[in-house]
Order: sequence, then structure tokens, then C-alpha cells
Amino acid sequence: MGRTLAEKVWDDHVVRRAEGEPDLLFIDLHLLHEVTSPQAFDGLRLAGRKVRRTDLTIATEDHNTPTLDIDKPIADPVSRVQLETLRANCAEFGVRLHSLGDVEQGVVHVVGPQLGLTQPGTTVVCGDSHTSTHGAFGALAFGIGTSQVEHVLATQTLPLAPFRTMAITVEGELAEGVTAKDLILAVIAKIGTGGGQGYVLEYRGSAIRSLSMEARMTICNMSIEAGARAGMIAPDETTYAYLEGRDHAPKGGDWDDAVAYWNTLATDEDAVFDAEVFIDAAELTPFVTWGTNPGQGAPLGSNVPDPASYEDPQERIAAENALRYMGLTAGTPLREVQVDAVFVGSCTNGRIEDLRAAAAVVEGRKVADGVRMLVVPGSVRVALQAIEEGLDKVFTAAGAEWRHAGCSMCLGMNPDQLAPGERCASTSNRNFEGRQGKGGRTHLVSPQVAAATAVLGHLASPSDLTDAQQLVEA
Amino acid sequence: MEKFTTHTGRAVPLRRSNVDTDQIIPAHWLKKVTRTGFEDGLFEAWRKDDGFVLNQPQYAGASILVAGPEFGTGSSREHAVWALENYGFRAVISSRFADIFRGNSLKNGLLTVILPQETVERIWALVEADPTAEITVDLEAREVRAEGVTASFDLDENVRWRLLNGLDDISITLQQESEIAAFESERPAFKPRTQPVG
Repeated sequence: MGRTLAEKVWDDHVVRRAEGEPDLLFIDLHLLHEVTSPQAFDGLRLAGRKVRRTDLTIATEDHNTPTLDIDKPIADPVSRVQLETLRANCAEFGVRLHSLGDVEQGVVHVVGPQLGLTQPGTTVVCGDSHTSTHGAFGALAFGIGTSQVEHVLATQTLPLAPFRTMAITVEGELAEGVTAKDLILAVIAKIGTGGGQGYVLEYRGSAIRSLSMEARMTICNMSIEAGARAGMIAPDETTYAYLEGRDHAPKGGDWDDAVAYWNTLATDEDAVFDAEVFIDAAELTPFVTWGTNPGQGAPLGSNVPDPASYEDPQERIAAENALRYMGLTAGTPLREVQVDAVFVGSCTNGRIEDLRAAAAVVEGRKVADGVRMLVVPGSVRVALQAIEEGLDKVFTAAGAEWRHAGCSMCLGMNPDQLAPGERCASTSNRNFEGRQGKGGRTHLVSPQVAAATAVLGHLASPSDLTDAQQLVEA
Repeated sequence: MEKFTTHTGRAVPLRRSNVDTDQIIPAHWLKKVTRTGFEDGLFEAWRKDDGFVLNQPQYAGASILVAGPEFGTGSSREHAVWALENYGFRAVISSRFADIFRGNSLKNGLLTVILPQETVERIWALVEADPTAEITVDLEAREVRAEGVTASFDLDENVRWRLLNGLDDISITLQQESEIAAFESERPAFKPRTQPVG
């Protein structure tokens, strides 16, 4: 019987398979950041162990880093200690690190792909649940806890429980203004926050194949919000075109060998998935969340749902809790929900295409009075590209704040946070209670919806904008 | 890792689904570089509400958390497990756990027990009616016992063996050194390496 993409990559990394034991898998690439690694390095030190493969390990600073005044000492002493701890650990154990101020610094899931380190058919791990991002290249990539970080540092392997496979097949064409973000939010709303539990998802179908690498990363990134072990997309010419010439992409004969291997990875025609979900791309519209988990989403053109409409008592209670926290009333059109802030950035939507899309919407327009818009590039490289294209000027002319690279307001570990009760349209990945700051309220949206929302002051798509919002050139 | 064989204690009913790890331990606590000292961060936002179940005196000192489905979703932060353990929990019962949280818990000796939602409901009813009711989580027998409740649960046999003996995963894997080295020697040359490109 044929095998799926995920099964092929898994099989190619089995170091040891024995009855009654989990498979021991080799890890090709281990990404580190400051938040989930310090206790792992401590563990190594206590046991007198080394990092087995520093040549397969790379670190960056992202979660804690400020997006203003990056040339000054970090104001928060606890954040500063954490960053200094990473620097000391990387120096002691010989791990390559891109610190704040370095041209390769940025959100770990933006940095790996842009360096060409994330490649088809590899296993990629990081102490961060959004490691699923790298599955866009046909890598088996998943987030791990700190105990597993220590395990990979010490052994370059992980014992892993078996997985099941789920195909998410999206056929057809996305309508104008409908993005990868809308697609993945709709998938999560359909299968639920636990729908992917135990599964590696494979996104396939004509709508997926026509997406750019960056859009594919947005989709795979949020696989974890459906509870999945990982999300993957088969590598193809789009993948190879993105990779070729990047710093760490194979060169010369290695490139040819690599492509020959990558071409064998796609799911066999006679392979059978354990579960299948079908989505008609043409039916999708801009999608936003109204609740406090990423599965609580609805089309922008609909209303805040009535908790009483849920048959499952757990879902009903969850919806009641969510509306209370979000300060929303059932039946309110989502387009009437007013926001205080807009965040464009994160490992979900902080790449150059995302910034271009948002800039195209705000260009020649103004951010609405009383709305704060924060634009945070996913990496220094993304920022430099945006500056070269003049996007930073577009944002600042519209009244948005242009910041330095990092995770920023996605999780508010740095000073970029919502105040209690503030409502934000955010291109990030999680709308959990307090995620963007204590008491903050988050609506997950695409970059296009974020930008239109910033201009109008309420949840909106670019199609809601009229010439009236265009600035009259003096 | 601390061994887990059997544990008897009182339980806290947490009637919420989709308890994500941002609720279990908010991000600002993740700046700490230790595995201890997270107990005050556990459910920090909800604990500001006097009515929250952990603030109710009848549940003080309980060591088993009984939660709604999809417990531990979201961020991979192992700090969520440390916070539950630092606070004094030895086991969490739910009908469904997020994968990463569950993996993290079992590597730290915090036993996550999957029971059907109807059994979770019965335990909730029991400990709400009588907060002094004792619950036994028996890993040797793979069974949860309480007044009127005897429920068996599944757990991967290899994971159970590691928990019962408090074994360290890394030491076990390092016994396979020759197999790891053999695999490494066969890896294709085109695989990526992280050393700076000159």
C-alpha cells in the first residue's frame, strides 16, 4: 500500500524501531529561542552532557525582544536575564545564535525558512508550538516541550508516539480578498480545536497548490490551533523556487540529489488517510474569530453567534464564557465590532507578502481616530525588504507604528500589550483570554482584514473601503 | 523524573473546556529560567476572581484537577506542567488533552488521565457534593477509584513503565548510541547544516 507524505518522512528518520517502544526519530533541525531553552541547558549541565549536534542547531531571540529602542539595554530586568541566559548558554555549548541587533534575528519560524534551513523531507523541532509552520515545505515539524528540547540537544533524536493522518483537501479557487488565513481559520472552525488531535494534517488540492510558500506557511502555522501534531504540504516547484539560492539550500550536485529525493515525497496515489476533510475554496469568505479559542470563528459577514444555538453543553458554556470575556452580544453583526488596536505581525502573518498586503490596503488612507496600529515584521530581513519597498513609509504615513522584528503583541511578553478591555484585530494565531495582555480581547484576522479594520475602526474587509477613505492629496 | 505509582487525594472540579496553556500559566511568567516557583502564576487571571474554584477554601490542598475537554491546548510551554506541579497537583483528569501538554506532563511525572466525559461529570458531581471525597489514581492498576466510581484508563505501556520507575528518557536513549551514530553516518550530504555560510 502507498504511503502518505508524513509517513515517508517519518520512515526516513527512524533510528530505532522495536516492539513495545516508541520509534526513535532523528531530528534534522533544532531551532531554539530564549523562553523554552534555559531549563533544558541547565539539565545538560547538571548531567554533564553536551549538545550532540551543534551543526543541526540554531538559536534566535524573539519572544521577549523589545520592538522599540533595541539599541538600549532591555528595560525589563527579567526579560534581560532570559536573553542573557540564552547568550551564555549558546556561547558555552557552541550553538549559533542570532541576537537582537543581528541581521538574521527574528521570529524563529520566519528565520528558519528564510535562511533555507527548512527543507522538504526533514524533521524540524523547536520548543514552540508554531513549529508546524515549517511543514509548508514538506518537513515533518512540530513543537516540543522543554524536556524534549533537552532530549534533542543531548541525543539529536526523540522517541515519538505514532500518529494518524488526515487529509484536508481544498479544491477550487479562493475569491478575491480571501487569503490563506481565512482558509485556515475556516478549517479550524470546522474541525474544532481538538479535531486534529493525534493527526498529522496534509493540506492538498488545487487551492493549496496555487498558494505561495508564505501563504502555505500561514496555513501550516495554525495546524496546532486545530490540535494537530503537525501540518504538511507536499513540496513542488513553488517550494524549490523559494529555496534555490538561499544560504543553506543545497548547492550544485547536492541540489540535484536533494530535488530528486524531494520529488519522491508526495503522498502516493493509493495511500489511505485515516481521516479526510473536504473544503470548497470558492465558498470561503474573509473569516474572523469572535471568541477565546481559534475554533470560535465565523465569516466576517455573519453575526456573533448565540450560545443557545450550540447543542453540545460544553460548547455552549464555552461560547457563553467567551462572549462574556469578549464583551460581545449574540446577534451583533461582526462588522459592527469596534476595535482599539490592530496588530500586523507574528509567525503566522509577519512575512513580506503579509506586509505588502496590509500596506496596499492602508496606502493613501488613514488609521481611524482612536485606533492604534502596530506593524511588526517577522524578522530583520523582512523589515529590510519592506523598507526597500517603502512599505514602512506607507504604514507611518497612514498613522501606524512601524516596529522592530519579534513576536511582540502576539503574546505580549515584551512591552507590546493590550490594556485591560482593549479590543484588537490581530493577524496572529491565538485569541486566548489575556493572550495579548491581561484583559485584552483578540479577534484573529488576515492582514487584509486587519488593515481595513484599522482604517474603518471596526472589523472590515478591503471591499468595505470606499474612495471616501482615500486621503485627498494636498 | 519523579515516580508515579498510585496517588490518593482530594480533587478540584474545573468545569471549563479548552483550558489553554496561556490560562494555566500566562506568558509573563515564562521569563523565569527555572523549573520552580510557578505556583503563584497558575491560573493567575482566574484566581483574581474570589469565586474561582481554586479560591474556594473547601478545595484547598487538593492534589487532583478534574477538568473539561481539550485541556492544555495552545502553547507548548512546559511551564504549564511545572505550574500545576509546583502548586501541588499530582494528576489531571479530563476527557481530552492536547498532545503537547500531555507529552510534557508525562515527562514530568504529572499523570494525565483520560476518562470518558460522563465519568468526568460523575467525579465533578461527587467532589462538588463532598469536597472531602478522596480520589485514587492508580497507575499500577490503570484505574481511578472514588465513591461510586471505578474507571479504568489507557496509557501507553512504555510510558507507564517509565512513570512507574521514574526513568529518565535521555539516559534510555543514550543507550542507543551506536544506532544513532549508524543513522548519522548514512545521512545524505544534501541535508542542511546550521554553520554560518562563508
